Amino acid sequence: MSARVGLVLVFAGLAACGAPAASNADRVGVGRAPTAAELAVLDRDVGPDGTSLPLGSGTVAEGAVIFAAKCASCHGARGEGVPGTPYAQLIAPRIAGDSFPFGTDPSRPKTVGTYWPHATTLFDYIRRAMPFPAPGSLTDAENYAVTAWILAENGVFPRDGTLDAARLRTLKLPSAGRFVTDDRAGGPTIR
Amino acid sequence: MTRLSRRALLGGAAGLAGGALLRGLVPEVEAQAPTAPLQPPIDPTKAPGAPTTAVGARAPGEVALRAPTGEQAGNSLTPLHRLTGTITPADLHFERHHAGVPAITRAQHTLTIHGLVDRPLVLSVDDLARFPATTRTYFIECSGNGRAAFRKPTAAMTAQQIAGLTANSEWTGVTVRDLLAEVGVRRGASWALAEGGDACLLARSIPLAKLRDDAMIVWAQNGEALRPEQGYPLRLLLPGWEGNANVKWLRRLELGGEPWMTRWETAKYTDPLKNGTARIFSFEMDAKSIITAPTAPTVLPARGSWPITGLAWSGRGRITRVEVSTDGGTRWQEARVDGASNPKAHVRFTLPWRWTGGEALLMSRATDETGYTQPSKRVLVDVRGAGTDYHFNPIIAWHVASSGEISFAGDA
Ligand code: HEC
Repeated sequence: MSARVGLVLVFAGLAACGAPAASNADRVGVGRAPTAAELAVLDRDVGPDGTSLPLGSGTVAEGAVIFAAKCASCHGARGEGVPGTPYAQLIAPRIAGDSFPFGTDPSRPKTVGTYWPHATTLFDYIRRAMPFPAPGSLTDAENYAVTAWILAENGVFPRDGTLDAARLRTLKLPSAGRFVTDDRAGGPTIR
Repeated sequence: MTRLSRRALLGGAAGLAGGALLRGLVPEVEAQAPTAPLQPPIDPTKAPGAPTTAVGARAPGEVALRAPTGEQAGNSLTPLHRLTGTITPADLHFERHHAGVPAITRAQHTLTIHGLVDRPLVLSVDDLARFPATTRTYFIECSGNGRAAFRKPTAAMTAQQIAGLTANSEWTGVTVRDLLAEVGVRRGASWALAEGGDACLLARSIPLAKLRDDAMIVWAQNGEALRPEQGYPLRLLLPGWEGNANVKWLRRLELGGEPWMTRWETAKYTDPLKNGTARIFSFEMDAKSIITAPTAPTVLPARGSWPITGLAWSGRGRITRVEVSTDGGTRWQEARVDGASNPKAHVRFTLPWRWTGGEALLMSRATDETGYTQPSKRVLVDVRGAGTDYHFNPIIAWHVASSGEISFAGDA
């Protein structure tokens, strides 16, 4: 970014926020601007609005094959996990009436079908971190497929379904409305 | 022979009879002991001592080790019961990793700040060192600290096992506020995604207000470069906020208008309540304290003076009072608090105590500057429900038997 553009943006920033933005002279002035190519590699996160979801799609059936090959060794063939280990349970039956008994029952498994508020989180997390021994090794299509299979096994996506950006973006999970702002604020009241 | 604590045995054995006695008597200590053989006793005033060395080592026989070890997605806990003072040795600072400790060199690492900013920047670690540095003492506590003691208490639990997912260090780095001024925050920005460079690209959404308040990006801990397991070369430090949000191996800060709802702020690190909801973005760590001595596995060898001491801290500011009870909470006495002027840092409390040989139930409870007092487990469960997860800060009790044996008596 040229110095001139930078300066114009400083003023834009000042006007916009009213916050004191460092002038050229105040700035430490180290570092460099990232290139678009660098950002494309680094910035792959997917938020609940799903706007940054990649192209591609995958079916539940394809996901079953991928899960058996690349995930089941740790998470179990049916995603049941290994109790007492970090090998998380990924799949559990939906809770009757989609109730949310976790506050009174710590033994309930917290899966994407019972607990997680956003389906985009599953895609984002698998892309970041799974499969554990080779994170980031799935193609986007494989990630859609395995995400679709986990969602379907949790009963929140049709078994004959195909997942893509549009579908994932609009998929509503049973527990979406369960999360509330932290009301602890110090003071004498225990919350 | 009087019954001695493992620690007393260890020190005594090392001084008096060397390692053989130790090995013979206490196999579990041997498993923990450093591999270097203990020196046979010599009179240190009759021969010159050892030469200088490049890096110091702990005195033989002083055993303070993290445990458990060997986890890639798991933790190792700080041996609180083996430490004194308030600064945790950097190599004993607890660990909690979600995909192991990455091998990162200083030269290869960069921090990218982008998103809703005027001047996106890629900064090397050397670049960051050109900003004015700040040094502050803060604790970090995993918000899961205390879960095992809360869910499955056993009498043999030590302070390490009960509350060892907290540590306190002097951190050096740059304020995030200075970095935000450098890049220029755009209108509409209210959150930032902090992302680590480990094998799960651990990511948390952080409110911009915290970043503008007291957040730091640190490269040093207790005067030396961060340890790899503490985020080398760069770690986000959010004073008083749950450990997980203090993202290690920090490689990226992206400013945006909404939280990203990552796995670590939805599936994990949320707090279910009995009313069928769950708290999200429950960052602050409530006031808490734990007696660290005399505690399990110590066995008091004699009556008389046994000062009660421990640690207290609050994510909301200063500790203003620590009270100690020796009779299970009927009467409370105010303990002396050292270092109480440091907000969001461990302070050490001490109360003189004479053990008269009878049973005792030792407890501590901390109060912070907001007027919050550490509650009992009963109150916590009452308010939140038995499924409450994370932010476990109940009063912790230690039972002293007339034999001198001390055991964990559960969260009171
Ligand atoms: C080598 C073992 C291993 C393999 C193979 C593996 N995982 Fe995992 N997985 C883990 C571990 C360990 C964790 C917990 C990580 C942590 O503690 O943060 C985990 C966590 C998860 C979670 C988060 C669960 C939760 O409730 O937060 C999901 C989702 C997941 N894995 C999906 C997958 C998928 C999909 C695959 C295959 C593409 C896969 N895993 C392959 C070990 C594995």
